[in-house]
Amino acid sequence: MKQFYQSKFFIFCLVTLAGLTLTTAALATTEPTTTAVITTTSSIPWWGWPLMLFVVCFFLGIVAVLGGVGGGVLFVPIVGGFFPFHLDFVRGAGLLVALSGALAAGPGLLRSGMANLRLALPMALIASSSAIVGAMIGLALPTNVIQTSLGLTILAIVLLMWMAKKSEYPHVPNADALSTALRIHGIYHEQSSGKDVDWRVHRTKMGMVLFTGIGVLAGMFGLGAGWANVPVLNLLMGAPLKVSVSTSKFLLSIVDTSAAWVYLNQGAVIAMITVPSIIGIMLGSLVGVALLKKTDASIVRKVVIIILSLAGTRALLKGLGIWN
Amino acid sequence: MEKPQYEKTTEEQRAYAIILDWGMKLGFVLLLITFAVYMLGLVPAHVPVEQLPYYWAMPAKEYLHAANVPHGWGWLSLTGQGDFMNFIGIAFLAGVTIPCYIRILPILLKNKDTVYSIIAVLEIVVLVLAASGILVSGH
Repeated sequence: MKQFYQSKFFIFCLVTLAGLTLTTAALATTEPTTTAVITTTSSIPWWGWPLMLFVVCFFLGIVAVLGGVGGGVLFVPIVGGFFPFHLDFVRGAGLLVALSGALAAGPGLLRSGMANLRLALPMALIASSSAIVGAMIGLALPTNVIQTSLGLTILAIVLLMWMAKKSEYPHVPNADALSTALRIHGIYHEQSSGKDVDWRVHRTKMGMVLFTGIGVLAGMFGLGAGWANVPVLNLLMGAPLKVSVSTSKFLLSIVDTSAAWVYLNQGAVIAMITVPSIIGIMLGSLVGVALLKKTDASIVRKVVIIILSLAGTRALLKGLGIWN
Repeated sequence: MEKPQYEKTTEEQRAYAIILDWGMKLGFVLLLITFAVYMLGLVPAHVPVEQLPYYWAMPAKEYLHAANVPHGWGWLSLTGQGDFMNFIGIAFLAGVTIPCYIRILPILLKNKDTVYSIIAVLEIVVLVLAASGILVSGH
């Protein structure tokens, strides 16, 4: 019975989120035409958009935690697709949203040993350098090209989330030479079993190559990159799932920093968009963490995939000029 | 008897966590205070809030020109205005990683961890370069 009410609450959250996004989509179509003179004739007052943004971000924060995805990957396609903000500002805010979540989680993950600095630092250097390149490309390309690419990327992420398996403790027969030289290995305490888990990694070179691409995508679309970090760290390099998720979250605090600065310096940050988004996601995340033990993660994940599919399709059609 | 958690982490990892924790908390407090000041209208904004829907629909480059917002670190000259006051907290959060790296560098050097010392120095260079505003592009 209790589970029934919990699932009802969760469905209520999702329905509200869907309703809000649809409402904003409808309102976005009545967005004022801009002229040389600064006049705005909107059907809603100026504060309506930041308020809706805050509410949507609050629910995104809940769904992101329950669905095991970062806020950025949900934020950019949904806000970019259904709000009247230019994609430059949405991507700038998306990076800062992902960065804020990573900064908030980082200290705890490092202290507990779940995130590993030796694993993170080489990957962070590569990804943060390429994220700068990605951000510069993203701000240089025409908006419709970015919008279309974003749609395709989101749909590819959906596919990745749908197909990728996870391995709690991947089998790593031997650490490779590079990870041995860099002393990338560790030990963490697994509370569920009460045991210490020793881990090591392999295929480090391939991981580094993939982190170059991850950085470019993170910077270009302002997505954060947890969706790509975790499969690379876990499935490719063989780090345990918890270490991969935690190190990925911490990595974002470095990778998104470099890209965020490029957006900040190029004027792609408006406080009225960015700050309500950060506060909304952070508050939603707190509620999400509280609900985490009470919800069925697999159902949430499927709903996240559906939401992302819709948002990705919307971004693609918007970019192609089919649904503006 | 179970070992304390900190024994499973390295000295530099713990040092990094301490700086990150303080920096993150300070950044969020700054962000909340400055946004409250902005929303309450205690300080006039550079871009009047009722005109925001006009600006937020245009590309960043056009917005800078139309709203007379300076490029790069030029926003520092506008921190007395309600909207750009928020950039103090935003920039603080975006910059907090740099002191974390600066903090762990002496530990890495002390431990003769040459490769990671070089990685840390390079990361500081990358982040400072990103923050400098030298790297520009536009459409």
